[in-house]
Amino acid sequence: MKKDIAFIVSGAVLFIAAMFVPDSMNILKFILFLTAFIVSGAEVLINAVKGVVHGNVFNENTLMVVAAIGAFFIKEYPEAVFVVLFYRVGELFENYAVRKSRKSISDVMNICPEYANLVKDGSTQRVEPDEVNIGDIISVAAGEKIPLDGVVVSGSSFVDTSALTGESVPREVKENDEILSGCINKNGVLTIKVTKSFDDSTVSRILELVETASAKKSKSEKFITKFAKYYTPTVLALALMLAVLPPLLIDGATFSDYIYRALSFLVVSCPCALVISVPLAFFGGIGGAAKQGILIKGGTYLEMLASADKVVFDKTGTLTKGVFAVKKINSVGISDGELLELAAYAENISSHPIAQSLRDAYKKQIDLTRISESEELAGHGVSAVIDGKKVLAGNSKLMEKANIPFNKEEENGTTVYIAVDNSFKGSIIISDEIKQDAESLIPALKKSGIAQAYMLTGDSKESARSVASRLKIDTVYSELLPGDKVSKLEKIMSHSKGKTVYVGDGINDAPVLARADVGVAMGALGSDAAIEAADIVIMNDEPSKLAMSIGIAKKTMNIAKENIIFSIAIKIIILILCSLNIVGIGVAVFGDVGVMVLAVLNSFRALNSIKEK
Amino acid sequence: MVKKVKLHDLCCANCAAKIEDKISKLDGVESVTVNFLTEKMIMNADESKMEDILSRIEKIVHKIEPDVEIEYI
Repeated sequence: MKKDIAFIVSGAVLFIAAMFVPDSMNILKFILFLTAFIVSGAEVLINAVKGVVHGNVFNENTLMVVAAIGAFFIKEYPEAVFVVLFYRVGELFENYAVRKSRKSISDVMNICPEYANLVKDGSTQRVEPDEVNIGDIISVAAGEKIPLDGVVVSGSSFVDTSALTGESVPREVKENDEILSGCINKNGVLTIKVTKSFDDSTVSRILELVETASAKKSKSEKFITKFAKYYTPTVLALALMLAVLPPLLIDGATFSDYIYRALSFLVVSCPCALVISVPLAFFGGIGGAAKQGILIKGGTYLEMLASADKVVFDKTGTLTKGVFAVKKINSVGISDGELLELAAYAENISSHPIAQSLRDAYKKQIDLTRISESEELAGHGVSAVIDGKKVLAGNSKLMEKANIPFNKEEENGTTVYIAVDNSFKGSIIISDEIKQDAESLIPALKKSGIAQAYMLTGDSKESARSVASRLKIDTVYSELLPGDKVSKLEKIMSHSKGKTVYVGDGINDAPVLARADVGVAMGALGSDAAIEAADIVIMNDEPSKLAMSIGIAKKTMNIAKENIIFSIAIKIIILILCSLNIVGIGVAVFGDVGVMVLAVLNSFRALNSIKEK
Repeated sequence: MVKKVKLHDLCCANCAAKIEDKISKLDGVESVTVNFLTEKMIMNADESKMEDILSRIEKIVHKIEPDVEIEYI
């Protein structure tokens, strides 16, 4: 880069000197121009020759060289030097801008751990993360990155998850806590039992995801690549016609005049500004989002997100914390403790948050020998045989299906009804809390162009209604089975002109995520299934990140559109002006590198879109 | 089979697009993207034809951008 600057500066000095030499000393003037041309243009010339040798005749360098040499031949010396000089300056800016955006991207990606401290036979050994096996013990000192996903065996510390989630508050971890690769250990020494191989660990999966993001190209990216493909040959053909036809057909038109105009065309014909402008905007948007813990799997999803007019939310774990606590126990004929015990045993096979809260409330260890059979009934609950008795635990539909008379609960929250050998034994009410930042989400979405907000849930009407009215959600569908969610979503989508976004936790709604135009998984840190199924992954569990994502998408689309319109319009205007000889080759060079630099600078705004907020 | 290739010193966005276009037309290549900014190519191609494909890729890349260094990762 320094070498480039040296050549450019000396070229520029010679050029200015030549300009000041009076016309009477034309030999000196010519020599100065020629030296300026060679000093600043040698590299362009070498690259052009290389390109031609490799059979790639129409590259940027050859176009510039032909234009410059052409200008020399028709005795437009200052113009000739100006072409190569300005081209080099532009290239320099462009390289700088590209390097800078590459760096910002790699900073985002700078979460990959370089090594792991493997503990074996009492000694610690530094190894590559991919050499560590599942079940191995590793130790992580303060300041080091957690290399693989695992469980803390000993030690406690605060970990910085900002690289993964964009969240700046460190998270506390202690013994038996799950810990994810890519986080940074802030203070204590942690000993971790590895639970996932390096390739399956969070950090590898995230890197993979962002790197392959470019594979899903947006419509505007495809458009501009296609446009560029036809653009260059068309302009070159026009240049040839411009050089030859007018002098032959029009009286008084000279070859040198029209060749000069044609040379300007050659300079403007380079498509790089067009090709780079759109992907760079998208890449900036994706990179800027990644900094905030929002992973976007491709430009096409940004595009769809920007034109979305409907958002469909899952309730539990998305708008509510999904952390349930037992609020009330209504037992019938047995003690509250016995009822809770039955519920906890019955729900033992389920990984549903409700089941977890029952086990948490029960507190005691589950004696597996007492459970002889158990089965999950999707959308209803569970059925299990405990101490030889058939226990049903689930929602009101489960009781109705089994024809068991029961006392319907009207209280706010989720109710688990329990029956033993087909006789109703009581209900347990579990409630969930609305996430703090969900309260302002819907008004924020409405401002950014979302017309309708929906909520789908398997929960009862009452609990769904209360959540929906607090959050100002327009339409609620409750008591849905997992399969119903897809058909409800399809119904919503069929009435929709714009795109439909579905936001869920990705744990049991993978088909819905896949069906939506844009599937957003929330709180996905550590959930492989969610990362897999979604198009956009919000690493932490803040619903407000959805509004942020839409903001980034809209801004990125604006920048991409500006870049397309701006670069095409300027090129066409310059072509027209050049053909009429209103502007010369100098402006034409601006039509190439200048436009590109401006497009690159404009795209930076996408990367930094968050900082401005 | 997915193959990832790093293209060091990829310096022109249009060249990246050209490389992508040419490679996508090779026999046995299902999909390919060349990301100008990460300088990475991600290709999904028939494993049995991989050797032939890779040697063709090398030719294509060097024809369009002679200074690019190819690294298989």
